Amino acid sequence: MEITFKINGKTITHNVKSSLLLIDLIRDIMKLKGTKPGCLEGECGACSVIIDGKAINSCMYLAINAHGKEIITIEGLRNKDNTLDDVQEKMLEHGAVQCGFCTSGMVMTTKAYSDKCKSEGLVPDREQVKKSLEGNLCRCTGYIKIIDAVVAVNKN
Amino acid sequence: MKKELKVIGKSARKLDGKERVSGKSIYGHDIQLPNMLYGSILRTKHPHAEIISIDTSKAVSLDGVECIITADDIDVNNISYKRDHPILKKKANCERDEIAAVAARTKEIANKAIDLIEVEYKVLDGIYDPVEALKEGAPRINEFGKGEKQFGNKNIADSFHYEHGDIEHQKSISKVVIKKRYELPRVTHACMATSNITAEFNEMDGRLTLWSSTQVPFLYQRDIAHALKMEPSNIRVIQPIIGGGFGSKLDMHPFEPICALLAKKSRKPVQILFSREEEFILSPTRQPMIIDLTTGADENGKFTFREVEIIKDNGAYTSWGATTPFVMMQTYSSLYQIPACKFDSKAVYTNNPFAGSFRGYGNPQATFSLENNIDLMAEALGMEKAEIRLLNVNYKGEVTGQGLHYRTCGAKSALDTVIDKSKYHKLNNKTNKGRYKRGIGLASMLHVGGGAKIYRSDGCGTTLKLDDYGYLTIVTGSNEIGQGSETVLAMIAMEELGISSEKIRVINTDTDVKPWDVGVHASRTSFVAGNSLLGAIGLLKEKLKSKASELLDVDTDDWVYENGMMRFNENEINIDKVVREIHFGSPHQLCTVNYFYEPPSRFQNKEFKGDVSGNYAFASQAIEVEVDTVTGKVNVLNAHVSQDVGRVLNPIGLQGQMEGGLATGIGYALTEEMIYEDGVLKNPNFHGYKLLTSTDMPDVHFYPIETFDEAGPYGSKGAGEAPLIPTAAAIANAVSDAIGVRIYSLPVTAEKVLRALSEKNKEKEVIVN
Repeated sequence: MEITFKINGKTITHNVKSSLLLIDLIRDIMKLKGTKPGCLEGECGACSVIIDGKAINSCMYLAINAHGKEIITIEGLRNKDNTLDDVQEKMLEHGAVQCGFCTSGMVMTTKAYSDKCKSEGLVPDREQVKKSLEGNLCRCTGYIKIIDAVVAVNKN
Repeated sequence: MKKELKVIGKSARKLDGKERVSGKSIYGHDIQLPNMLYGSILRTKHPHAEIISIDTSKAVSLDGVECIITADDIDVNNISYKRDHPILKKKANCERDEIAAVAARTKEIANKAIDLIEVEYKVLDGIYDPVEALKEGAPRINEFGKGEKQFGNKNIADSFHYEHGDIEHQKSISKVVIKKRYELPRVTHACMATSNITAEFNEMDGRLTLWSSTQVPFLYQRDIAHALKMEPSNIRVIQPIIGGGFGSKLDMHPFEPICALLAKKSRKPVQILFSREEEFILSPTRQPMIIDLTTGADENGKFTFREVEIIKDNGAYTSWGATTPFVMMQTYSSLYQIPACKFDSKAVYTNNPFAGSFRGYGNPQATFSLENNIDLMAEALGMEKAEIRLLNVNYKGEVTGQGLHYRTCGAKSALDTVIDKSKYHKLNNKTNKGRYKRGIGLASMLHVGGGAKIYRSDGCGTTLKLDDYGYLTIVTGSNEIGQGSETVLAMIAMEELGISSEKIRVINTDTDVKPWDVGVHASRTSFVAGNSLLGAIGLLKEKLKSKASELLDVDTDDWVYENGMMRFNENEINIDKVVREIHFGSPHQLCTVNYFYEPPSRFQNKEFKGDVSGNYAFASQAIEVEVDTVTGKVNVLNAHVSQDVGRVLNPIGLQGQMEGGLATGIGYALTEEMIYEDGVLKNPNFHGYKLLTSTDMPDVHFYPIETFDEAGPYGSKGAGEAPLIPTAAAIANAVSDAIGVRIYSLPVTAEKVLRALSEKNKEKEVIVN
């Protein structure tokens, strides 16, 4: 099946099997390795990417459903002057990265969440931030510095 | 010791953080080589069975399959700690057992080929309970085990005995004696990156290259060489960025030599990546145990003796998990003052999967049993639980029954701090009315802080290169597994040489390049690698000093290294200029040095006595919980953690390690459990095996204690495991404080809480009636 979609600002057309998962399209076909395979059961969030503004688990999403949509992966998160996006900067500043395998997913989930909060004029409290990260597992950090970073992102 | 430092003690960003946060870091899963094939492994359908025949003909003829191997196709040695583990099996002894392996052009073809392999099994009854395995009539479980000769029972894989002091005398002066049985479950590391390996064999020069997430590259190199009957130096181990270790990657596992064998046979690179389900089934667990602990105290509450017997479910093959007694002995013999101690531990073969090494390494289990018993002794004596611990707390200068020498000791400070900061006295032993009951629990821990001499060398090598432009390359034997060791090494270089972090590189990923190090374990890396780096920097400074003196015509040893300059009074010179002058002028040398640091710890003697580590870390936790007596759910409200770290090197890094360890400890206490039925794992996935999420973390309060121990870099001690060791104990003590009944096994699930409450109520009814 032929699908056309936008990824990290570029419009692409691919011919894919209908059973192909989005994560496999991103990693194996497009060779964008920044999105990570954590569980392939939609539980850990390491594979999170943003589709039309919403963070989704790419391991639970069929590639064919990306047709006509706009996808952002971790590789697409960069300011025009090549500096790190504010979410990435805050993660580093708050010590929220240890092994880093969950980090792409954490960053994309946070990017989608903070963009949504901004558009609604909402400054989330700590409990709301915790809830927003519920779908992303981490085994290294105990979440606290990730939560600190996300709170800081949303304060701006 | 210098107290005021410029860089050390101030939070620093992760050295390669920018790559990790941009998706640029290359993990094992991301490696792609030209012509690479994908490997898949056929595992047994039955935990215990004879393999009558294996028919690979249909799989071989599948288009895209390039090679298949079974036990008959390979000439290899057994692997694992006791060499009792065949790589490919002719008999299935546990659920994990590998029977055949396939390399194919795509993952899908490899998996399809696995399904086409036909195996005829003769299913046998399995033994899944170590107590059953010890019985006279039980069948022998591992044909390579040496149990009868060495330990008196064919199904004993390993056995340890330790004692110190006059236990009979101490028993006779004990006012209270508490004997309890504790049961500790299997839990798993659940690293976010599943197990992975890529192998390439060059048949022209006989060299094997492995891209492996091992935590112990040089021991791994030696083990793979032995397994494959190769020379170790013909094996190159390259470590990609590792997505979590926590001890899971101390053992070498069958899938690794299997991948090498597929690469050798197919003459192409082969990659094996585990699915999450495979990861749960195959990754080594924390050592499950049944601990029978008897402890005593005199009428004043002074501890008198400890007698402990442990049965460990060794599983079908023996891994490093069997050596957890080394660590447990330390806790039973040396945590709090204790005049007499007797320790016996047996690892028993069963048809369950084997355990491995997991952060804490037996210490969480030992501490759980000990700290529960201490609470019970306090209750029996009518003593305050904080008071009894303070009465027996370890002290500076103590030499324990095992011979551990506490040259510095923050145990009392840590305990005092958490008692005070958590308002323990106010919250403990309060009468709780209503549905939600609150309680607070205490627990302390002891662990090695300066490495642990369990191998012939506990050392680490460093090669330093300072180039003509003032850029420093640190080639270290030690590994970064996410814990921030590279960042600490860079901080040390910045402190000592005044070079900025942008001009510092750490290389530690290739056994062809880096010097030897025993590996990442025992919370040793900052201590050993740090001291190794300091030694190398010392040699470097010798070269720089003499040239700088000559160039500036001063005679001094007192150089200040700052902002890329070397300075003495008003004389100053750029450090890179000095390097160039040494290179292009006399003595025509490069600023490259080598240094190997062997920690001063001593091997323990045959009785396991000896000062096994360079220094020792102490910590205490006070944890407040709230129990919902209707659902049984335990909610952790506040965790107060105080840890003797010697000196804080990187505050934000240390806190991150502490918070992560605490989260794992809370999971061990409350939510994580691998559920097996007849040797088969029933919950090999994240929706069945519950990790903590962001909404589950309590408020965490951390109070590091600095005791400035001479042995460690700037006075520091190892810190990585301490945060999770006393956690389950503190939570269990808190639950008991809240609801008035004690639970003697982990995890403390809602079901156990409700059952305990209903039994308590039944007792009350009986009394009332």
